[in-house]
Amino acid sequence: MEGVSDPAAVRYATALAEAEPPAAIRARGVPPGWGLGALAFLVGSLLVALSIGPVPIGLDSIVDSALSHLPLLHVDARSSRIDDAILWQLRAPRVVLAALVGGMLAVAGSAYQGVFRNPLADPYLLGVAAGAGLGATLAIGYASAGAGARELLPLAAFGGAVAGVACAYVLGRSVGGARSTGTLILAGVTVAAFMTAVQTFVQQQRSQTLREVYAWLLGGFSTAGWHDVALAAPYIGVSSLVILLHRRVLDVLSLGDEEAAALGLDVRRVRLLIVVAATAGTAAAVAVSGLIGFVGIIVPHTIRLLVSASYRTVVPLSLIVGAGFLVLADLIARTVLSPSELPIGVVTAFFGAPFFAVVLRTTRRIVM
Amino acid sequence: MSASVEVRDLSVTLGRARVVRDVSAAVERGEWVTLIGPNGAGKTTILRALAGLVAFAGSILIEGRAVLTSTRRQIAREIALVPQSPQTPAELTVAEYVLLGRTPHIGYLATEGRHDRLAADHAIARLGLRPFAERSLGSLSGGELQRVVLARALAQEAPIMLLDEPTTALDLGRQQQVLELVDSLRRDVELTVISAMHDLSLAAQYADRLLLLDRGTIVADGAARDVLSEESLAAYYGASVRVIHENGSVFVLPRREKPRDPDAS
Repeated sequence: MEGVSDPAAVRYATALAEAEPPAAIRARGVPPGWGLGALAFLVGSLLVALSIGPVPIGLDSIVDSALSHLPLLHVDARSSRIDDAILWQLRAPRVVLAALVGGMLAVAGSAYQGVFRNPLADPYLLGVAAGAGLGATLAIGYASAGAGARELLPLAAFGGAVAGVACAYVLGRSVGGARSTGTLILAGVTVAAFMTAVQTFVQQQRSQTLREVYAWLLGGFSTAGWHDVALAAPYIGVSSLVILLHRRVLDVLSLGDEEAAALGLDVRRVRLLIVVAATAGTAAAVAVSGLIGFVGIIVPHTIRLLVSASYRTVVPLSLIVGAGFLVLADLIARTVLSPSELPIGVVTAFFGAPFFAVVLRTTRRIVM
Repeated sequence: MSASVEVRDLSVTLGRARVVRDVSAAVERGEWVTLIGPNGAGKTTILRALAGLVAFAGSILIEGRAVLTSTRRQIAREIALVPQSPQTPAELTVAEYVLLGRTPHIGYLATEGRHDRLAADHAIARLGLRPFAERSLGSLSGGELQRVVLARALAQEAPIMLLDEPTTALDLGRQQQVLELVDSLRRDVELTVISAMHDLSLAAQYADRLLLLDRGTIVADGAARDVLSEESLAAYYGASVRVIHENGSVFVLPRREKPRDPDAS
């Protein structure tokens, strides 16, 4: 073990009884009850969302069909081939994508709130939304119809989102933002305002695409396919994993930059690493689903209020609950006005806004 | 005895102001040295420089190793800093908060092992906080919080502890309790303690040595009875005081120059 040659460490070590530490000396992490509850919520949401739709599919058929697709089991599906196609080609990719995006937005939100020590931070804080909006508008407005425009859109949105945050970070750093998170947030606001102006200009200039741009900005999963899942999943997977691994570090950051540095953390590098991870994942989520608001704020705050504010609790539970929440929100979006669809942003905001009012009231002593 | 902390020609510039100028001093292992001096004399800045938190010119050696060539983690294993107004996130429990003190010993993305939990428990028990282990920081009083912050610093298992105004927020009795606690910890594990304090009588009673700072330089260095004189306190603090020597202790009493006229209403 390192440090044992140090006389002070030896003195400390010999002062410690060779007993087990009492159970109270631990971080709460994810309490088993809450963890299981969150998993049950996610699995329940997935099953309900798979089963409900214009063609109802019973839970037994879902399980049956799933088993029949597993190799080596040789279970014969009793469901019809049409049900099977609806389930696996239409509903499943949509539900899986909603889960991935929801988990990502919630986890990124919790990471941004930790890194900036700001309860109102959300995944779009540093210009992800404005950048993605600009990218998508350019792709919709200028890509020649048909010639790969469908493939271009997510890439343009992803590129725009990453460019937005990069600009904000460089600007913030050049004016001392590495020391003050406030400067970085202001830089994000500046970049977002500029990009939104350009986006609106392009949108007005190409007014024939207004409707399409508007639909994209509101976000949704109506065109989701396995292709989108394959596009976003690697980014979301890596990004979530990086943030999950930083859950204890996020608790250290909650002591403020100076104390975190005094505990041996390179605060600037850590902040950059977490921002890069959260941005890459958020950009991928936005690229395949548009701008879905509120998930990144309400999910982490719900967990803070109900369970614990330690990031060891907030980060893992945000991932699970965020996934389940967006799956349910998408289910509501596609069933309430069926056969037409409600933009999912309307659903998350309709439930998110009143909830957020409650959060604001209960956390106002912490908000600066 | 070998020097635990050695500072040579330390200068710190914040913005355009040179707040510490060519300070040289050495602190022995197990010694308690207190920095005193008027507001803005550079006490806090020197502590921050020792902890590697501000850029400086000159050299700082911690246990014989230069701070400039050490990583943050290496410094944090040698020095625990108790800031003047620490951030204490209201929702964390005492145990969670004290465990954060183990950060310099835990792999970057790892979580605490058994030894880390033992060290945290030892610190919590040492400061009489076991009954509070599962309480949230937001539910504690000022005196309890100060002990929790000390427990976090102790859990860090560093041979040097820096205390920036450890008693300002506390009442008279709590001030004494905290300083007694630091003194006994110092004896238990041969801690080197460097503190910055405003209360000169308390500083005189607990520190082995006082360093009087004025405008970033050391103007007096020695035992309390030598450093604290009515003349020097008038010169550097602009204060009118009486210095009382009693049974080897030194007490500093503020004294109003023009006594209140008993006839005026």
